[in-house]
Amino acid sequence: MTTLDSSKEIQKNNSEVNETHEDFRMFGLITFLIADGMTFAGFFAAYLTYKAVNPLPDGAIYELELPIPTLNTILLLVSSATFHKAGKALLKDKNSDSQKWLFFTAFLGIIFLICQLFEYFHLPFGLTDNLFASTFYALTGFHGLHVTLGTLMILIIAWQSRINGGRITSQNMFPLEAVELYWHFVDGIWVILFIILYLL
Amino acid sequence: MTISIDPQKTNNDSLQPKGWLRYFSFSLDHKVIGIQYLVCGFLFYLIGGTLASAIRIELASPMSDFMPRDVYNQVLTLHGTIMIFLWIVPVVNGAFGNYLIPFYVGARDMAFPRLNAVAFWLIPPSGLMLVASYFVEGAAQAGWTAYPPLSITTPQSGQIIWILSVLLLGGSSIFGGINFIATIIKLRRPGLKLMQLPMYCWAMLGTSLLVVLSTPVLAGTLILLSFDIIANTGFFNPVLGGNVVVYQHLFWFYSHPAVYIMVLPAFGLVSEILPVHARKPLFGYTTMVFSIMGIVVLGLVVWAHHMFTSGTPPWMRLFFTIATAFIAVPTGIKFFNWVATLWGGKISINSAMLFSCGFIINFVFGGITGVALAQVPFDIHVHDTYFVVAHFHYIVYGGTVFIIFSSIYHWFPKVTGKMLNEKLGILHFIITFIGFNLCFAPQHWLGLNGMPRRVAEYDPQFQFVNQISSLGALLMAISTIPFLINVFLSLRNGKDAGDNPWNALTPEWLTSSPPPVENWEGEAPLVEEPYGYGKQFCEQK
Repeated sequence: MTTLDSSKEIQKNNSEVNETHEDFRMFGLITFLIADGMTFAGFFAAYLTYKAVNPLPDGAIYELELPIPTLNTILLLVSSATFHKAGKALLKDKNSDSQKWLFFTAFLGIIFLICQLFEYFHLPFGLTDNLFASTFYALTGFHGLHVTLGTLMILIIAWQSRINGGRITSQNMFPLEAVELYWHFVDGIWVILFIILYLL
Repeated sequence: MTISIDPQKTNNDSLQPKGWLRYFSFSLDHKVIGIQYLVCGFLFYLIGGTLASAIRIELASPMSDFMPRDVYNQVLTLHGTIMIFLWIVPVVNGAFGNYLIPFYVGARDMAFPRLNAVAFWLIPPSGLMLVASYFVEGAAQAGWTAYPPLSITTPQSGQIIWILSVLLLGGSSIFGGINFIATIIKLRRPGLKLMQLPMYCWAMLGTSLLVVLSTPVLAGTLILLSFDIIANTGFFNPVLGGNVVVYQHLFWFYSHPAVYIMVLPAFGLVSEILPVHARKPLFGYTTMVFSIMGIVVLGLVVWAHHMFTSGTPPWMRLFFTIATAFIAVPTGIKFFNWVATLWGGKISINSAMLFSCGFIINFVFGGITGVALAQVPFDIHVHDTYFVVAHFHYIVYGGTVFIIFSSIYHWFPKVTGKMLNEKLGILHFIITFIGFNLCFAPQHWLGLNGMPRRVAEYDPQFQFVNQISSLGALLMAISTIPFLINVFLSLRNGKDAGDNPWNALTPEWLTSSPPPVENWEGEAPLVEEPYGYGKQFCEQK
């Protein structure tokens, strides 16, 4: 296959290129989150179907306690608010405030993960004990993976919003906004998960 | 907020390898990526076709004498997986979508060029992994559906490699889908309205919606299945209290839309090709758009018609039968629109046109058997027989693959600047059309008489008809030869095509062949009437 032999042509083209277009990275992220949400929807659908048609076998243990997950729900909801604060602070060019809020958000995320692990270690059933146990660990584990990734991303953007040499400023908000949207998404999924797994 | 395109950066991109080397690089040019998809897909088509030939050789005699039974199962599993995930889905979406969509929306590239390259480069490794799984302990042998408990009890390593490979391909497909949605909705040239887009854009928009909504569910399901295989959980394992029907529901929630992911882009492509070669506007543009969107919506709520024999309750059977039958309405609208486009047109009989007409004939036949299969009493009779195999191949081979060839004949001049040889093209069409119908039409009869699919051995009374079918498969294998000769000869010394050999009006023809790196020198043209044939004489040249 021949190319237009065209170093000249490219040069000419590039000298003309001054075009701008709308920033649609956020649009792409939202599309991705819809796809990600469909994965969770599949898991939820499986869990609810099991609930409806598969009885718990005799002698199988599947009991959940509310205190830790309730604390976790509060942690995540508060972390959503603190993240929002970080964004507001950055918008007003208060980079160090923004950074503090971000570190606090990441801290809440880490506490969430520790609580989750604590719950795992104290539950009376393991991954392969019965169908509901397996589904419980698959769902919370998949969500925990999202929280882990989110926490790492928050730490990265917190580092990048430092005053000297940080790349995230009020002129370049996108990384922060993207992680914020992702974090709200993960929180929203947790609320649904909390209702379906623990309350229903 | 707006992003300005940084000339410095664009310059760096265009400093990538030139000539054929760029097809082996992490190129960000949507045209290069499109060709990468096409050639990579075609290589896998040859592998999948070889496996299909092996299946037909085995089935030429009633006993399993050509290969052992478990090898037969591996071969049919790999044939299905390769053809669907590595040939049809990447080519009809990735290849033509990447090449054409930026032209159609008047853009210089896709919305996310890097994501686009990542999406392509996920495919070769996962495909090679899948083929290599043959040499582990035996490839996956549970069919492309990987139904548990079969997929849990068969040898594990092959099945796990299969799952990993399909997960990667699904990821590639999702990234592609996100990119297409963003490109079509957000990257349109100013002044270009949605209802002025060529039909392929609408088809790709619908397809990408299906990809984004349904592929993640398959990914989740396969992750659960791999837990069942590796970690001994019991999601889908009845022995451990699991539920196999849940797997089927989740699997078909993706895999029924997957049929539309394979065939909707073909609808779009044929809607581009017919008006050009019939010199008439596309009939019923608006109805076409609404039928595509209707198919998208209905396609998401018909999955359980694959499961009428899985203990489905009566209300579910009723709902899914009716919903499935409804799909015949938008599909029928499209069919009649294509016929009406041809009606009274100034038709040129060339390879692209012939393959498109072959598509219409095959597809309407596959569609009719599809409506028949949606009816519960009939479906229970022919479930898991060769009737289903015949129906499916009429849709994906007689439908989509015919359109892939038609599109290659149509766009080859644009991509390479050379014309393909028409005589070899028509020969290719004749052998493919006869071979295809000879291979798959008799299988309807086999299915109605109760020959089960996916089994290496069968009742000797079916031998004669099976041999006819195998003869057809042989013709299909031979039909690749004139095509390959044609492509290589034309690349070397084909006739010069010029910029617009078909006098077409869609935007990709309004630039040089092959197009420059950023698609147009100067501003992108505004094409308000992509199908305005007969309304204005084409005087592009």
